[in-house]
Amino acid sequence: MDIERRDFLKIAAGSSLLLAAGESSALMRPPKSMPPEAVGMFYDSTICIGCKVCQKACKESNKLPAEHTVIGPEMSIPVWDNPIDLSGKTYNIIKCYKSGTAENKNQEENGFAFIQRHCMHCVDPACVSACPVSALRKNPTNGVVTYNKDACIGCRYCQVACPFNIPKMEWDNPFPQIRKCQFCDHRFKEGKFSACCEFCPTGASIFGPAKDLLEEARKRLTLKPGQYYDYPVATVNSKQKQRQKVAAYVNYIYGEKEAGGTQFIMLSGVPFDKLGMPSLSDKSDAALSEGLQHTLYKGMIAPAAVLAGLIFAAYRSTKNDK
Amino acid sequence: MKDVLDNLPADSGESLERLVNSGLSRRDFLKFCTGVAVMLGLPVGMGSKIAEAVTSAKRPPVLWLSAQECTGCTESLLRTNHPTLEKLILELISLDYHETLNAGAGHQAEEARVKSMKENKGKYVLVVDGSIPVKDNGIYCKIGGKTALSLLEEMGSQAAAVIAIGSCSSWGGVPSAAPNPTGASPVNAIFKSKGIKTPVVNIPGCPPNGYNFLSTVLYFVTFKKLPELDDEGRPKFAYGRIIHENCERRPHFDAGRFAVEFGDEGHRKGYCLYKLGCKGPETFNNCPTLLYNDVGSGAWPVGTGHPCFGCSEKGVGFEAPLHTPARLQFITPPLSFPGITEDKAKGATVAGAAVVAGIAGAALGAAAVTGKKLSKKEDEKTERKER
Repeated sequence: MDIERRDFLKIAAGSSLLLAAGESSALMRPPKSMPPEAVGMFYDSTICIGCKVCQKACKESNKLPAEHTVIGPEMSIPVWDNPIDLSGKTYNIIKCYKSGTAENKNQEENGFAFIQRHCMHCVDPACVSACPVSALRKNPTNGVVTYNKDACIGCRYCQVACPFNIPKMEWDNPFPQIRKCQFCDHRFKEGKFSACCEFCPTGASIFGPAKDLLEEARKRLTLKPGQYYDYPVATVNSKQKQRQKVAAYVNYIYGEKEAGGTQFIMLSGVPFDKLGMPSLSDKSDAALSEGLQHTLYKGMIAPAAVLAGLIFAAYRSTKNDK
Repeated sequence: MKDVLDNLPADSGESLERLVNSGLSRRDFLKFCTGVAVMLGLPVGMGSKIAEAVTSAKRPPVLWLSAQECTGCTESLLRTNHPTLEKLILELISLDYHETLNAGAGHQAEEARVKSMKENKGKYVLVVDGSIPVKDNGIYCKIGGKTALSLLEEMGSQAAAVIAIGSCSSWGGVPSAAPNPTGASPVNAIFKSKGIKTPVVNIPGCPPNGYNFLSTVLYFVTFKKLPELDDEGRPKFAYGRIIHENCERRPHFDAGRFAVEFGDEGHRKGYCLYKLGCKGPETFNNCPTLLYNDVGSGAWPVGTGHPCFGCSEKGVGFEAPLHTPARLQFITPPLSFPGITEDKAKGATVAGAAVVAGIAGAALGAAAVTGKKLSKKEDEKTERKER
């Protein structure tokens, strides 16, 4: 093996460029598609009033404990159950974007807007792909990404893999679990749906079949600001509607394409990057990483060849010492 | 204005006697004055000052101009119990002209108005209820052959202050609802366009609470100035807070318990009416604390189970659809929303950094010393070997 150090580094740099090329990589496996009976959630930031009832309903429904956090300048103000981010005790959170005088809702300059953060339930989830023990799984029919605490080994690969920074570890628990929103799938059996949507008073969060939600989102983008629209409450096909004045939407459905599409979609009056939503490519990272891994390890031929090469190299370089 | 009122004759002493003779006991009277002081957010001791003011020999003259109105404001005022309206108009103020309550009628009443205006030029308080039509020179509302517009101009320019009672005169109210065929306008808009500088207090509501009016009048009479007003010209003691803040159903809102339709379980249990379109979160008024007609909470809309309609709020009452959810005025509590990105822990403190640096330094020192020792040993070994 007469590879010089310089050449080796060259090759290494070249292959990492190949990886970075990403989108056009032939190594990428085909993207996964939305499960047949996919359920989803639709959050419309323009009609969210920041009442946090969804947070309260989430905690109640998932039996989550209260959280003790500190906020404000210098972290000087202790608050009781007013989480500042998602955590092992909080699956769902309303965050607030403020700019300048923060006078007008749904306005980028001198305005404010709310954003609801919880698991996006990706169509092609990176966490499921990264989990080495299949503790995280995507339900093949309704598409909910669930967690099995008995399988989890606590490696936290899911935390690293998730582009939305959602799975959280229980750092204060000696037997920690990964915690995240599971769309209240325990309530499905009782014929109910996600608690945050059930209790949302304005219809800012609604539940329903993913394709109906997308249709609803597209419909809302065609509305003119200032006109009145009957917003469905709780579920997308609900008979209960609330007539509200339409705000000016940013002409973009977040989650329609992000990371290969998500089952949680959003509309807003403020650009999504201002609301802390990452701008992602329309292909899941899992497609590339899995494509790569599955090519490299196909039939274990390549690893076996590399191992053989390494053994040979080691043998040759130590032969003279004996 | 202040000078004029200062020149009003002082208490002659017999007026309190007059009050007592009229059937109002001294004790009751002082009680009432103290009550008003408390409602205005004044110290209890102010009650006696109010008593002094209202018993002065010359009762402050009040003229009441009605334009495009429904008499609801008067009706609401008629239902005040402490004091009753007749006490107010016969003993506390001198109501010289009021189209509903006038004893006389026709030209007789108009004469009284003109006489009072002449006598009390620049001293009287003008109360206006109803909006004033301005379209086609205001021909849509006439009193004694004069348009309400010209009457307001004439009476308003000579008044010490104007109290615009009701939503109509405060911001337009029902008559100004789209398509507003008569060009109904509020008092302050007309004053602005005509350049009349008389101060205007708005007491919006449909109808407003009689006590808000009463308190404003008594404040004016006592302190000879207007109570503190907000940007919309409303007295802050009454319109300083939104209904949602003091609402008896607020705990249900905070807990996420809502009535979804009239007569459902939540509605029967008295849950929050937000989902039914309650405008409490965007309407400034003191309805939930003052309540109506002194009969407890059963007489104000939310107490009866109907969502607040926002009758006193410009741009809400008679404009926003009845069952449209309110636009929240304040996001409360404002401090408690996490930002998009939050610092989660303190950075290194000076002391902490010093400790860490100290430990690191010690470790480095120890390593250096050990290294030296080792190399010494090494050297010794090699020396020994060489020997």
